[in-house]
Amino acid sequence: MNAEIARATAADAALGGQFLTFILNGEEYGVDILRVQEIKGWERATEIPNTPDYICGVINLRGTIMPVLELRLRFGMEAIEHNATTVIIVLRIRNDEGRERTMGFVVDAVSDVYNIPAAEFQSTPDFGGQIRTDYVKGLAMIEEKMVILLDIDYLVSNDDAFGDAVTAAVDAVAEV
Amino acid sequence: MSVDIRQFHQVYFEECFEGLEIMESGLLDLSIGAPDAESINTIFRAAHSIKGGGGTFGFRAITDFTHVMETLLDEMRAGTRQITRQAVEILLESVDRLRGLVVATRDDTSVQQADIDDTLACLQDLLQDNFFDASPRTSTPALNAPAATGWRVHFAPHPQLFMTGNDPARLLRELFALGPCTVVCDATRLPARAAFDPEICYLAWDIDLHAPISEAAVREVFEWVDDDADIVITPLGLLPASAETAPFLAPAPAVDDPRNSDRRQLDRRLGERKERAAGGGSSIRVDIEKVDALINMIGQLVITQSMLSELSVDFSPHKLKDLHDGLVLLERNTRDLQEGIMNIRMMAISFSFNRFPRLVRDLSTKLGKEVQLKLLGETTELDKTVLEKLGDPLTHLVRNALDHGLETPAERVASGKPACGTLTLNAFHEGGTIVVEISDDGTGLNRDLILAKARERGLLDAHGHPTEAQIYQCIFAPGFSTAAIVTEVSGRGVGMDVVRRNINELGGSVDVESVAGRGALFRIRLPLTLAILDGQLVRVGHHVYIISLVTIIESLQIRADCLTSVAGQTDIYRLRTEYLPIVRLHSLFAVDPDSDDILKGLLVVVEADGRKIALLVDELLGQQQVVVKSLQTNFRQVEGISGATILGNGTVAMILDMNGLVRLCREDSDHNPLVHATPKVA
Repeated sequence: MNAEIARATAADAALGGQFLTFILNGEEYGVDILRVQEIKGWERATEIPNTPDYICGVINLRGTIMPVLELRLRFGMEAIEHNATTVIIVLRIRNDEGRERTMGFVVDAVSDVYNIPAAEFQSTPDFGGQIRTDYVKGLAMIEEKMVILLDIDYLVSNDDAFGDAVTAAVDAVAEV
Repeated sequence: MSVDIRQFHQVYFEECFEGLEIMESGLLDLSIGAPDAESINTIFRAAHSIKGGGGTFGFRAITDFTHVMETLLDEMRAGTRQITRQAVEILLESVDRLRGLVVATRDDTSVQQADIDDTLACLQDLLQDNFFDASPRTSTPALNAPAATGWRVHFAPHPQLFMTGNDPARLLRELFALGPCTVVCDATRLPARAAFDPEICYLAWDIDLHAPISEAAVREVFEWVDDDADIVITPLGLLPASAETAPFLAPAPAVDDPRNSDRRQLDRRLGERKERAAGGGSSIRVDIEKVDALINMIGQLVITQSMLSELSVDFSPHKLKDLHDGLVLLERNTRDLQEGIMNIRMMAISFSFNRFPRLVRDLSTKLGKEVQLKLLGETTELDKTVLEKLGDPLTHLVRNALDHGLETPAERVASGKPACGTLTLNAFHEGGTIVVEISDDGTGLNRDLILAKARERGLLDAHGHPTEAQIYQCIFAPGFSTAAIVTEVSGRGVGMDVVRRNINELGGSVDVESVAGRGALFRIRLPLTLAILDGQLVRVGHHVYIISLVTIIESLQIRADCLTSVAGQTDIYRLRTEYLPIVRLHSLFAVDPDSDDILKGLLVVVEADGRKIALLVDELLGQQQVVVKSLQTNFRQVEGISGATILGNGTVAMILDMNGLVRLCREDSDHNPLVHATPKVA
């Protein structure tokens, strides 16, 4: 009995928990709230030359240089004019090697915080060949709405634009 | 009203360490046989300050020891003693002993008294020698000779002696240190109790000092109070001889004025050299300019703050704009302050480099090699923590180069090289990193031996064909050594792995280049995370970029008649006798310039990858020191960009990496021949 509960809690920790949701092109996405460092208003970023268009650039987050990503463009959505609800969600990203980075994600608006137990998770249906679903952790139904839960680490770690490939190469050199 | 004198101890010890470093570097610079009066004076003053302070605090061991050194130095200063290699050698040794003494006094531990005595004996020997060498001293009265059995000192301080911070008790104690004394106090000036002012010195003393020492040594004790007291020194054997004593009343040896200017001079030198106490890990010495800048910033912060609080006294909605402006200003002030404080942590690499002249000198003597040490790029600034951790790896590499790299003069001559080897330490900023190179012109690494050892130890595949770089990386493996015999200096196989580990801990890397028979070069790369850079701000369209000032050769307006194109595409600019490829920053970075007309832009001629290129920008903005921040922390390395910084208005600006830009141009021109790019110059 006790073991069962423990197992369930462990599973909860792994999948369920509190999620911060935000709106992107009318759809609602969620990220693990423990990864959210802060939410700040949109500000113009300094562009980084020769990077994909969904990387807005870098901003000064109290003295640290933080890259900012336009999530709309990253998901292949149409760009829209930034308005009063546009915010940057600052997330802490971890890659497989445990390296932690802080990045900002521009979204249309912040929505809500939900408690989503693991049981309500639904696995991602196959969207077909066109769209990559690797970075979708799962779907959840909340008050008749569908929330898409993102695996933000995966999204960043498997993107060449963030140079994890480069880092790996550097590490490999260091190993020699 | 007793003052706890111990609170000044820490300061004194730091001053001691500074003084010791001054003495050390002064001694190293001292040219044998052709002394430079100023440098001897500097050494002397440093010794004197240490001794004086030691006396004040009652550190007898320090005072006594320094006194002997000082006597020797004084003779050198007066020109009565030749500066011999031997003397310098002994003085250097004494500096070490004295440092040991200071450390021991600070930590309240004991020292190897035998070592101290040895050195002291050497110094005494040297001093004794002189009495035979230069017996007829013309400059000082003949009475000076040790024949006098002692001295009578009449010491009558002026009433205001205490005002200048002097303590007669300290002077007397110092005098006692010279030999047995009998003291008679003259209290006749002491007033009635009602009229007594505790800040006035009423006493005078007559001291008979029974010791065969020179008059200069006695006068030395009173050097700092010479203007504040009547001092008459007469030899004991000649009393009474009032008429003859008159000459001795003469003002102090007119070498230097007392402590004030002494102090100032020392401070000035310290400022110049940005010396730092080696032992006082808890404090740093900061360039006065940086502190002044901080004070300015604080001033501005206070002004902003008072403006804001005034605004809040009777606040009304129409003052909202003022409030907003004030807050923006406050934000900026705070940020400036933050950067200013970070700036304090930055120190020139010379702190690390400065220890090497001594090390190289000692080690080369021990190893019987002739080595010339060259230090380059000493003003390159890096973070204090990085600097401190860099010290040990550097020392290791330098020792290695001396022991293994450089050959003995005989071997060098035999292989057609000058007998004197060269060891070069070079530091510079490059591509977002600080590079420190340690190179020698010795034998280089023994590739075959390393390969054999590496295979033997299983570090490399026995049959593979490793590259040079892979082979040389093996020397960083723990316990790896090719040395046949373990010497005192190196050869135990510990060291290189420590070097690599230390540098990796700092996020840097170390690599080796070597040419057999020509020398080896160790290159340490350290991240620039906190480094400060003098930057030129340039604008392209609405983007601001920063170019490191050291890479800029000149900036100029474009003259149409100097423009040439090659194959109709690439622009070449003729600058006097040179042809420079024009790099259009806007096309390289795909941003919109003010105008497509090249004539409306400006050219910034920079040096990159060992040659010159002309960067086309729209406008030159100001120059400022910027704190380099890494893009890699949260993002990744970007070609052509060495880092980013935060400007005064809080926005981020990219710092250009010239070498990266050149590479970027090449790629561009490879992939897309239509892009304006630098031609490949052979």
